[in-house]
Amino acid sequence: MSLSEYFELLISDYTLRTITLGTAVLGAICGMLGSFAVLRKQSLLGDAISHAALPGIALAFLITGAKDTNILLLGALVSGLIGTFWIRGMITKTHLKTDTALGLILSLFFGFGMLLLTFIQKQPNANQAGLDKYLFGQAATLVEKDVNLMVIVTGICLVVLLLFWKEFKILLFDADYTKTLGFNTKFIDVLITFFIVLAIVLGLQTVGVVLMSAMLLAPAAAARQWTNKLSMMVFLAAIFGAFSGVFGTAISASQNNLSTGPVIVLVAGAFVLLSFIFSPGRGLLFRELRFRKNRRDLELQKTLQFMYGISKTHSDISHPHAIKILNDFQGFTRRSLQKLEEKDWITLTGQQWSLTQKGFNKAKNLYNQQEDD
Amino acid sequence: MKDKIAIQVDDLTVAYNYKPVLWDIDLRVPEGVLMAIVGPNGAGKSTLIKAILAIIKPIAGSIAIYGKPYEEQRKMVAYVPQKGSVDWDFPTTALDVVMMGTYGSLGWIKRPGQKEKKAALEALEKVGMLSFKNRQISQLSGGQQQRVFLARALVQEASIYFMDEPFQGVDATTEIAIINILKELRKAGKTVVVVHHDLQTVPEYFDWVTFLNVKKIATGPVKEIFNDDNLTKTYGINYKVAINQ
Repeated sequence: MSLSEYFELLISDYTLRTITLGTAVLGAICGMLGSFAVLRKQSLLGDAISHAALPGIALAFLITGAKDTNILLLGALVSGLIGTFWIRGMITKTHLKTDTALGLILSLFFGFGMLLLTFIQKQPNANQAGLDKYLFGQAATLVEKDVNLMVIVTGICLVVLLLFWKEFKILLFDADYTKTLGFNTKFIDVLITFFIVLAIVLGLQTVGVVLMSAMLLAPAAAARQWTNKLSMMVFLAAIFGAFSGVFGTAISASQNNLSTGPVIVLVAGAFVLLSFIFSPGRGLLFRELRFRKNRRDLELQKTLQFMYGISKTHSDISHPHAIKILNDFQGFTRRSLQKLEEKDWITLTGQQWSLTQKGFNKAKNLYNQQEDD
Repeated sequence: MKDKIAIQVDDLTVAYNYKPVLWDIDLRVPEGVLMAIVGPNGAGKSTLIKAILAIIKPIAGSIAIYGKPYEEQRKMVAYVPQKGSVDWDFPTTALDVVMMGTYGSLGWIKRPGQKEKKAALEALEKVGMLSFKNRQISQLSGGQQQRVFLARALVQEASIYFMDEPFQGVDATTEIAIINILKELRKAGKTVVVVHHDLQTVPEYFDWVTFLNVKKIATGPVKEIFNDDNLTKTYGINYKVAINQ
């Protein structure tokens, strides 16, 4: 199946449509909440939470003996929240630094989860097959019920985001100050964290424990490159996340059913890469171009400054001088002289140059930064 | 005029882990003074402000703002944190940061409107930053960032201002601009408390001073208590003698 066939099928095929909608919604909610995680410098928290969710899935299965997605995800939610709670506790109650606490919880919970998974696999219960799908996710298992849940949670998340936008923003920027204004920062904090955990848990079925944090971070990191406005960043991250979901599903479905989770993550990674290079403000490409232009401008200005130094000793500033005398100063070329003439800063006649009034004024004010802005 | 007590601190003790950072502090700050808190690094200057503002929970002690607990008087108090305490690469503009000063009076959920925007623009003008209102905050210089922080506190229209090292890492122009605003606040009857590091400028800028080094060494009018004796007690060396060596 080629990509174009896939998009044709999308209209007619119910299953494909469900899966695509699911990954798109998942990408959107992860992008939105991921923005907050990135700005709070809690990027790795997502990784820790998703890994911490694994034992919850296994335990939920062991307790109920059924493979109902909602129950498994409820288990994941509980164990993810416990993991988050412990991380916070470790950071506030001990001298351990955040990265250590995250690393510890991540590996301990994940290890315990893997232990439970192998234990489950040895059980005679025929139902056990497929639990390991939660490691790397399998979008194909998404059914309408799962997608509905995602849509509802995303809707609630949107409402909460809009309601508490101001509170979220100020907490992200300056938590101590927020406290002095009388806001219950703990409540805002718990609210954000709860929704991040929720988004992660929702994504486990599709993208899996191991790669889930990329869904959270990649769209946000890409979006940050394009804007200096928080609302725009959250919006763009949602868009990037949604497109990662759609394209990832499309590519994986059209190429011999490549595993969907990793493909979605790679597409999101491509968004990041493109953003790092091509975004106008912070992108590497434009930064390099700006850098080169600035350097050229500076060279011109240096030559102009040199000419100014010569000219101001004459009563007539436009007194012509031989180009030769610029030889003391190495920063000029035929081309840079022409550029100076184009800017109307000097006039060239034969082997002579003379400063114009405009060039004189420019050179005079060149280093007077106070006038700027 | 200086009879009314704006800030009253009683028996305040704060500790991180086992080490006391502030020990049994009693402090009375009269209304309408411009007060410097001075002391060596680690003396607990920032901690004192944070404890008064309930950002840090003290082990013991009580705080009163105009005779009532701080929690009831929040709206009378504005805070300018250390510039380095936030990430200036946060995606927002100078105007937006100043608008945050209005969030407290707005309360939960309600969004700032035209009235709040007007107040924020006025505050930006007061600190000479109006032309930078739409500037991304990472593209401001250190001094400009400090002015934005000051503007954010001005918007709160408080009676008491707490500032944590507002002169740290700013150039002379900004320092003068800031101190002039602080003096204006005092003229308007506000009380201003500033964590300050430059001892040379204390007599020039402030009329009240508190010497702090875990314990309170002294507090009172600069004219009366800003002397070698208290400096030596606070810093452990006679700094004038040490400088002249």
